[in-house]
Amino acid sequence: MAAELSIPGPGSAPASKRPPGDAPIFEVRGLVKHFPIGGSLRLRRSTGVIQAVDGVDFALHKGETLGLVGESGCGKSTVARTVMRLEEPSAGEALFHGKDIFRADAAELKLVRRRIQMIFQDPYASLNPRMRVGQIIAEPWVIHADMLPRSQWATRIGELLESVGLLPDHAQRYPHEFSGGQRQRIGIARALALNPEILVCDEPVSALDVSVQAQVVNLLEKIQSKFHIACLFIAHDLSVVRHMSHRIAVMYLGRIVEIGKVEHVYKTPRHPYTKALLSAQPRIDFTSKAVADRIRLQGEVPSPANPPSGCRFRTRCWKAQALCAEQSPPLRAAGPERQVACHFPVEAGDAVAQLAGSPR
Amino acid sequence: MPDAGAPLLEVNDLRVEFRSGREIVRAVNGATFSVRRGETAAVLGESGSGKSVTAAAIMRLLASPPAHITGGSIRFNGIDVLGTPMSEWRQRCGRELGMVFQDALASLNPVFSVGWQVAEPFRAHGILDTRAALERAEALLGRVGIPEPHARARDYPHQFSGGMRQRVMIAMAIALDPSLLIADEPTTALDVTVQAQIMDLLLDLQRERHMAMVLITHDLGVVAEVADHVAVMYGGRVVESGRVRDVLSRPAHPYTLALLESVPRADLDQQQLNPIVGSPPDMATLPVGCSFHPRCRRASEQCRASSPPGVEVAPGHHAECFHAQAVFDGR
Amino acid sequence: MSAPANNATSAATIAAAIADTRAIAAQAEMVTVRKGLPWWRLLARDPLALCAAVWLVLMLLCMLAGPEWLGKAATDINLRARNLPPGSTEKGWIMFLGSDALGRSMLARLVVASRNTLTVAFTAVVVAMLLGGVLGLIAGYIGRGVGNLIMRLSDVVQSFPSLLLAVVVLYMLEPRVANLIIVLAVTRIPSYLRVTRAQVLEIRERGFVDAARAMGGSSTHILWRHVVPIVAPTLLTILTVDFAIVMLAESGLSFLGIGIQPPEITWGLMVAQGRNYLTQAWWLAFFPGLAIMITTLSANLLSNWLRLVTDPVQRWRLEAPKTAVKTNA
Repeated sequence: MAAELSIPGPGSAPASKRPPGDAPIFEVRGLVKHFPIGGSLRLRRSTGVIQAVDGVDFALHKGETLGLVGESGCGKSTVARTVMRLEEPSAGEALFHGKDIFRADAAELKLVRRRIQMIFQDPYASLNPRMRVGQIIAEPWVIHADMLPRSQWATRIGELLESVGLLPDHAQRYPHEFSGGQRQRIGIARALALNPEILVCDEPVSALDVSVQAQVVNLLEKIQSKFHIACLFIAHDLSVVRHMSHRIAVMYLGRIVEIGKVEHVYKTPRHPYTKALLSAQPRIDFTSKAVADRIRLQGEVPSPANPPSGCRFRTRCWKAQALCAEQSPPLRAAGPERQVACHFPVEAGDAVAQLAGSPR
Repeated sequence: MPDAGAPLLEVNDLRVEFRSGREIVRAVNGATFSVRRGETAAVLGESGSGKSVTAAAIMRLLASPPAHITGGSIRFNGIDVLGTPMSEWRQRCGRELGMVFQDALASLNPVFSVGWQVAEPFRAHGILDTRAALERAEALLGRVGIPEPHARARDYPHQFSGGMRQRVMIAMAIALDPSLLIADEPTTALDVTVQAQIMDLLLDLQRERHMAMVLITHDLGVVAEVADHVAVMYGGRVVESGRVRDVLSRPAHPYTLALLESVPRADLDQQQLNPIVGSPPDMATLPVGCSFHPRCRRASEQCRASSPPGVEVAPGHHAECFHAQAVFDGR
Repeated sequence: MSAPANNATSAATIAAAIADTRAIAAQAEMVTVRKGLPWWRLLARDPLALCAAVWLVLMLLCMLAGPEWLGKAATDINLRARNLPPGSTEKGWIMFLGSDALGRSMLARLVVASRNTLTVAFTAVVVAMLLGGVLGLIAGYIGRGVGNLIMRLSDVVQSFPSLLLAVVVLYMLEPRVANLIIVLAVTRIPSYLRVTRAQVLEIRERGFVDAARAMGGSSTHILWRHVVPIVAPTLLTILTVDFAIVMLAESGLSFLGIGIQPPEITWGLMVAQGRNYLTQAWWLAFFPGLAIMITTLSANLLSNWLRLVTDPVQRWRLEAPKTAVKTNA
């Protein structure tokens, strides 16, 4: 697997290197999304922009799950929404089987949307309360009229409901008759109605009760491997992402700071932010070791309207030096299928606890 | 003053109903737990488990109607909370109890400066004049980790980030040096790195002021990291309670056990999650017998017929289950 | 959150606690799902809505057949039966509601007037709703530029006194029924427009709209399938309230002589004419006024009922057994 470790030049495939022949089915390059501040057109003041996403590259392979984690405001949901063209990107390209969907016209986009589907965070808002479950699942076929003849809808709705663990009879009911977890299943069934190749999951379990999250995670996993769907899995919960993903990309203030295979990133985080994020995760672990290597970051995420110069994490980083303020570190290869955007990556055995600077 | 060993807060078999028309929702059907001075007790439960209603009942914040406390008792610092006249309780409550909520933005008044709001308790209780109160407020803001408290005291809530607002809430809650702090999901709306900061702050303040803390949460990880004791709520009842280490490392109630097995962990490489089937119960139509039986792998005839008794599986470790001993023994 | 006298914050606390209880109550609602009943069975179970429906059907019949049926009785002058008070039976059932200064039957006149009244009011509010609704959809969903233009136009219409507008327009144009309807409709457009736009702005941010876009749905698809079904019941409710406003506005214009021209009659005109006789013959203004009120009330009740029936989340309130929770209307 650790075949090549070339440093990616501008425009080249940024993500992990795979054996030849396994080209990514989806590739995002240089994605930028800036939102104007004070958007009221009446005043037309250009007071600045919020740099929600500022140069993000990643690739997605067939049947693979890429986890995208980060705290609120890091731009992970904006990545999902621009990739789905729910927001228009400011710059960059998104190649789906070699075709740039950011430049697709309405007709082309409609075809692409058949093959890339999305699962939303809020299972209450994402289902129209006035439609029956059957109508909700059949909506994609109303839009793509050539997908499935109407005579087969009922059977297919039943199959889809069964594949997400509900009953065919449920098609006659309304969303409010279901619990949050069941609604999320309906949302998944709707996304599957178009037989997509890629599923973009935007925080699919964070609105659910703890005891229900595992059901939906398992279901997504089952569906993903059964239908061999590639999955972009966005979440703030590191534990859910660890469970779901093959590879993981960590975002901070609109940029990917580290990307690599899940087991590598979780065991030996190389970016200081990844390390801090992992150590901030509350653990059910009563050994004293768990407490000893804890890092507490100072302060909060800076405003994306006015990000720090150079490395965006430097204001909270315990390893920051003068270089970090001057130069923005690019994503560089840092091991097999591993890239880190840091001038001074964490080495195994670093005595971070002392360096971390206790907030007290 | 009661002796140090006696619990500061004792909730005993609390029952709360919500009535609207002819419909009755039994939100809390028997919650029992206690906290000692300087300790943290976590009330762990999912949405609808009755944990927030329990907290509101302790503070006597439930509007009646629709809420009715139909049974049980709450003793705080030796007094009977539910029997105290409301006016007297208000006085006491402000001085001796602090509360922190999940939604700090909704709990702060948008039209007053933060300093003014933190100073409010001092003025309201006639402890300090306006000027001195503001100074104390600034000191408090500094204590809870707000940089440049003197300048920031003049800012309004919307000018603060989520984590900073939560710090302001904490400053207000501890202003009068309460002996008990009730924190209802204080970090649920926050990011992990900020959550860690706030939790550290709460624990620090608790140690420094020797407060008792009741932490209402759904997060097993938070419970494991900060609490001394835990009461696990399900279907409005405390189904298991004891020291956190005992309960989470060797649970005696199938719900606690299942919860532990179903939660994805960042620190472990799990192959397959073991989810709990079904959804949390509907409080208007609770199942007969043990309310967890429809989702329980061990459910037997007995569980469907009658409510399980409390079993003390180890000293101070209680579980309400017919099979508690078997679960505890890992059978 | 510790000070008891800290009103603002403790209010927030209480609000939070109440929200909590509501959430619990809302959960309770979700269990009571029964098999759906047909709409007519539901109507039969709700006496108020049923009465409203019966009255509206009656009015519809009057409107369709009234002038042909009682047209002669309404214009027959009978000087021996002038200003008969209601309840008199010696002149036959037709005089049951009394008669006017020329001895014309009140009942017949009311029935005949229903056609003009309801045609004008109904057409005006429906036209206003359709135009306001469509403009609101455009303003809320399509572009900001177009939307702002529409909103400013609506501001102009709203800030201009509607009676003045009507007077000016109707003096310039002919006071014909069609013109009257147009004037009344235009002055009512802004309320529909604003409500629609506000709702669209909210709905377009909801998850299911994103979902529809993500699966490739066009704007027309989203507006038609997701936005309109949610906006429509609200507009219908405003429509029923507007119904009364428009009827009264029409009577005012008719009173000024630029609305419906006598000998054509409307309820509004009857109220206006009867005002002079309030001391001697109160029934001249009272009955047409009552007709306006009952019709408006019925329309309002029925639209509220319709709102519940068409909302899957609320429908159970009507389907629940009689003994259970009453609709908190």
